[in-house]
Amino acid sequence: MIQVQHLVKNFGEVAAVRDISFDVAQGEIFAFLGPNGAGKTTTIKMLTTLLQPTSGSIELDGLDPRTRQKEARQRFGIVFQDPSLDAEQTAYENMILHGILYHVPRQLREARTERLLKLFELWDRRDSYVKTFSGGMKRRLEIARGLLHTPRILFLDEPTLGLDPQSRNLLWTHVKHLNETERTTVFLTTHYMDEAERVAHRIAIIDHGAIVAQGTPTELKQQTQTDSLEGAFLALTGSSIRDEAANSADGLRQVAKMWRR
Amino acid sequence: MGAIYILWLRELKRYIRSRVQIVVSLGQPCLYLLALGFGLGPVFQQAGHGSYLQFMAPGVVGMTILFSSVFSGIAMLWDRQFGFLKETLVAPVSRMQIMIGRTLGGATVAIIQGSLILVICLVAGFRPHSWIAIPTAFLFVVMIAVVFAALGTALGSAIKDMQGFQLVMNFLVLPLFFLSGALFPLANLPPVMAFITRLDPLTYGVDGLRGALINVWHFNAATDISVLAMIAAVFVSAGAYLFSKIEA
Repeated sequence: MIQVQHLVKNFGEVAAVRDISFDVAQGEIFAFLGPNGAGKTTTIKMLTTLLQPTSGSIELDGLDPRTRQKEARQRFGIVFQDPSLDAEQTAYENMILHGILYHVPRQLREARTERLLKLFELWDRRDSYVKTFSGGMKRRLEIARGLLHTPRILFLDEPTLGLDPQSRNLLWTHVKHLNETERTTVFLTTHYMDEAERVAHRIAIIDHGAIVAQGTPTELKQQTQTDSLEGAFLALTGSSIRDEAANSADGLRQVAKMWRR
Repeated sequence: MGAIYILWLRELKRYIRSRVQIVVSLGQPCLYLLALGFGLGPVFQQAGHGSYLQFMAPGVVGMTILFSSVFSGIAMLWDRQFGFLKETLVAPVSRMQIMIGRTLGGATVAIIQGSLILVICLVAGFRPHSWIAIPTAFLFVVMIAVVFAALGTALGSAIKDMQGFQLVMNFLVLPLFFLSGALFPLANLPPVMAFITRLDPLTYGVDGLRGALINVWHFNAATDISVLAMIAAVFVSAGAYLFSKIEA
C-alpha cells in the first residue's frame, strides 16, 4: 500500500532524511517512531505530497504522488501534528468543507458526516464552533474529517500529543476499529511506546534521518534483548535529549489571542 | 468549482460572524469621513474646490476596499499559523482553485464593506451627481476589490510572520492610500509627487469612483478601467504563482 525506496530529503546542507526504505501492506497499522528531529514529520510530509523529496521513490496505492498528485491525495486522509481545523467554523461545517474539497457527492457527504461525528461522539456538538472544543474533541474531529472521503490510507502524525488518557484510549479504540472494519491502512508516528505497542502491527524506528530497525514489537524487543518497547527504543536511539527548534507559531498564537479578545 | 465556492463561502461566513471586526473596519473610514470631511471642509471650501465631503467620500470608499481586501488576503497568515491552510493545500484540488476561492471571497467582503461605507457617506450628506452613477461606481468598487484582494493573496503567500504583516501595513497599504489622491486633488501636484501617484493602482480606482459619483475626473473612465484591468491581471498572476509556491 505504501512503498518507499531510498527516500532522501536535504534542507540545504542539512540531511533530514537519509536513504530510507520501507513497505506498508494493505490493512496494516505501521508505526514510525523516533526522537524529536529524527525525520518523522519530514517523512510524513513527503508521503503526503506536502514536500518534494530530494531523491528516491514513493508509491501510494500504486500511484506515484509526484506525477499523479490529485489521485494520490484523494486516497489518503491525514491528521497533522498541529491542528488544521477552521476554528471559526462549526464541526459540521468543517466536515462539509472537507467533503467538498475531496469531491464527496452531497448525499454521501452528509450521511458520512453524520455517521463519523456520531462515531467520534461529536454529533451533539456539531453546531458548536471548533474554537470552543477541548483538545481531545479537536483531535477526534480531525480524525473524523480525515476519514470522510473513505481514504485507503490514514496518516496520523502524533495524534495523541497533549491528550488525556481517556481521549487517547478512545482515539486508539476507534483507529483499531476502523482498521479492522474498513481495512484502512494506518501510518502513524508517536512518542508513546505503549501506544505503538498496543496498536501497531509493525514498527520502524528512525533516528538522525535513517531507519535503525524495523519489525513487529516482539521482533524489536528480541533484537535488542530488552523486555519492553521503550527499552528497545532507548537501546536503539540512545538516551541523550534532542532539542527541537522553537517554532514561530507559538509566538503568533499569543498575539492573535490578544487581538481577538 | 466546488472548492472555489466553499472557500469563497468560508471568507464570507468569517466576515459575517466577526461582528467586532465589522464595526472596527467600518469605524475607521467613518472617522476619516467625519474628522477630515467636516474638519478640513471649510479650508477646502475657501480654496474654491467646493464641498470636501463630496470630494473625499469616493476616496474613503476606495480606502475601505483597499484595507479590507488586502487584510483578508493577509489573514492567510492566521490560517497558516493555525493550520487550516494545510487542510486546503493537501486536498485533491488545484492550488489555483483554492487561490481563486480565497481571493474572490476577500474581494466579495471588500465589496460589501465598500458598499456599506458608500451608504454611510450618503447618510452623512454625500450626494452623487446622478443616481445612475451608482452602478458605474459599483464597477470600480469591484475592480478595486479584485486588484487588492489579489495583492493580498500574493502578500499572504509570501509573508510568514507578524513582522512581515506590520511591514506591509505601514510601508505598503498606508502609502497606497495616502498617495492615491483619496484625500487631495491630483491637479497641480509637484512633479515628483504627481509621478508617484501615477504608480499607485488605487489612484485609478479612486479616480474612477470620483468620476462616476461626482463627475470629477483626473484621468478618464477608459484609462482607469484599462489600468485597473491590467494591474488586476498582474496581481492575480503573481498571487497564483506565489500561492503555488507555498510549502506547508
